[in-house]
Amino acid sequence: MDEIKQKLTSKSKQISEDRRGKILCYACLGLIVVLIISILYFIMNKGIATFTQDHLSIVEFLTGKQWNPNHHQIGALPMIVTSFLVTILAALIATPFAIGVAIFMTEYAPRKGTKALRAVIELLVGIPSVVYGYIGLMVVVPLVRKLIGGTGFGILAGTLVLFVMILPTVISLTADSLKAIPVNYRQAALALGATKWQAIYKIVLRAALPGILTAVIFGMTRAFGEALAVQMVIGNAVLMPKGLGTPTATLTSQLTSQMGNTVLGTVSNNALWSLALVLLLMSLIFNLLIRVITRKGAIK
Amino acid sequence: MKKKTIIIIMLCMIVGFVGGCGNQTQNKITVVGSTALQPLVEKAATEYQKEHGGNITVQGGGSGTGLSQVQEGAVQIGDSDVFAQQQNGIRANELVDHKVAVAGIAPIVNQKVKVKNITMQQLREIFEGQITNWKQLGGQNQKIVVINRSKGSGTRVTFESDVMNGWEMMNAQEQDSNGTVQQIVANTPGAISYISFAYLRSQGIHPLKIDGVQPTTQNVATNKWKIWSYEHMYTKGQPTGETKKFLKYMLSTPVQHKMIKEMRYISIHDMQVQKTISGKVTPIKEGQ
Repeated sequence: MDEIKQKLTSKSKQISEDRRGKILCYACLGLIVVLIISILYFIMNKGIATFTQDHLSIVEFLTGKQWNPNHHQIGALPMIVTSFLVTILAALIATPFAIGVAIFMTEYAPRKGTKALRAVIELLVGIPSVVYGYIGLMVVVPLVRKLIGGTGFGILAGTLVLFVMILPTVISLTADSLKAIPVNYRQAALALGATKWQAIYKIVLRAALPGILTAVIFGMTRAFGEALAVQMVIGNAVLMPKGLGTPTATLTSQLTSQMGNTVLGTVSNNALWSLALVLLLMSLIFNLLIRVITRKGAIK
Repeated sequence: MKKKTIIIIMLCMIVGFVGGCGNQTQNKITVVGSTALQPLVEKAATEYQKEHGGNITVQGGGSGTGLSQVQEGAVQIGDSDVFAQQQNGIRANELVDHKVAVAGIAPIVNQKVKVKNITMQQLREIFEGQITNWKQLGGQNQKIVVINRSKGSGTRVTFESDVMNGWEMMNAQEQDSNGTVQQIVANTPGAISYISFAYLRSQGIHPLKIDGVQPTTQNVATNKWKIWSYEHMYTKGQPTGETKKFLKYMLSTPVQHKMIKEMRYISIHDMQVQKTISGKVTPIKEGQ
């Protein structure tokens, strides 16, 4: 009797294993949460030092056009505008191509073709951004110079490089969302007499719309945060862009080209942290957008 | 079983890595900073370790990084193209300056630009944005494309103090490394920029004479060529032990007479003039 009682009341090996597994998971989670919170805190803290410690105006930061932190001029508007312009333009060009390729992959291509295409696209994702930047510098910039004159450095060159860089991301996410549309949607459309193109255009694309939007926003997040490749072709002059072919700078390009030349704690350094804070906030907003779209647009 | 082995191996690696980081002995020297000086120090460090042993790590990161790291005591030596006093946020009186070499800087233009010689005043006006066409300097009718260096970079600080003389530079596109600048000037019609002497023989560009003076190392030594800067290696307080020995090696004959010439710097021993932080140049007296 006692033996059975003991067996039933004491912990078995499986139970303690279960507990250990749980603790391990929670520990990992805790570590990551601490890490994320400290990163957020660090950037916030540093980013607002420009306004709290150095007493520069946040309005000037967001609307000013003169960037010269050494002389306490911190107008970041040209960089903010350029960052948004290259991101949006790159997404605008990439989206139709991505949708076309994704439709081909999911609806038209034979199985082998799809596999091969996927391999190529994954390869494109893996190319380091400095390589894209170098190609941009040697090929895209001279091309832009021939097409629209000027020096070739600027928004158009940046857009073209980013377009190629985000294309694979947008394609594979779009293809995933197209694939997720149940096959009976297509069958029903075909049974009602629709052509294949009608089924794709009127049914599949409509149903996959939230997924496609998410794909585009993912691409935009990548474009917004890309530093090296853009820095090589954008020209790095903190000037309001006057056209597609005039040198300008993005938030990220300014950060990469300046961080080695400033000393921690000075105004110029704090101003760079403020740029980083803007980047962080923007990526948060992009993430929120993705959440809203996926929640509202999910097929029921 | 296999998983466990992998985990054990990984743990060992992590422990080894962390242990390795913590294992900082007196002999270890870390040099961080100026990318212009980095190749020279790297080469000298390799040679030094061959002869004397020791453990020297050389890293880039820029002059600002070098100065702030050495000030915090995170590294033993901070390389810089500018005087510590010229860098915002550095307490220069805590640092000891060791000038190891001199680097000349020359304006370069795209190969197709026909202008070969300009005056210092004209150069200033180009970078200020007053002269905008090569026509104004006797060249072809071609817009001048100014390519500047990143704000706060050593080369730019030198150019600003030696050429601009307190004038504001125009807001133009910026690049941060000698190599990229050379590429861009070679590929952009009508472009002008400035790079250190080591890059002057590259394809697609040619240097400009200033007031008829050629950008050569001899002219820098006598200050006939006026755009040059010291390459500094800063220590926090007077150097001791291994750091002191390495700095002494940097000033020795094999480095100063062989390596420095190969890499087209100018030996600190060859200089017949000296320059102060404010840019004042005086001749060096014999025996100094």
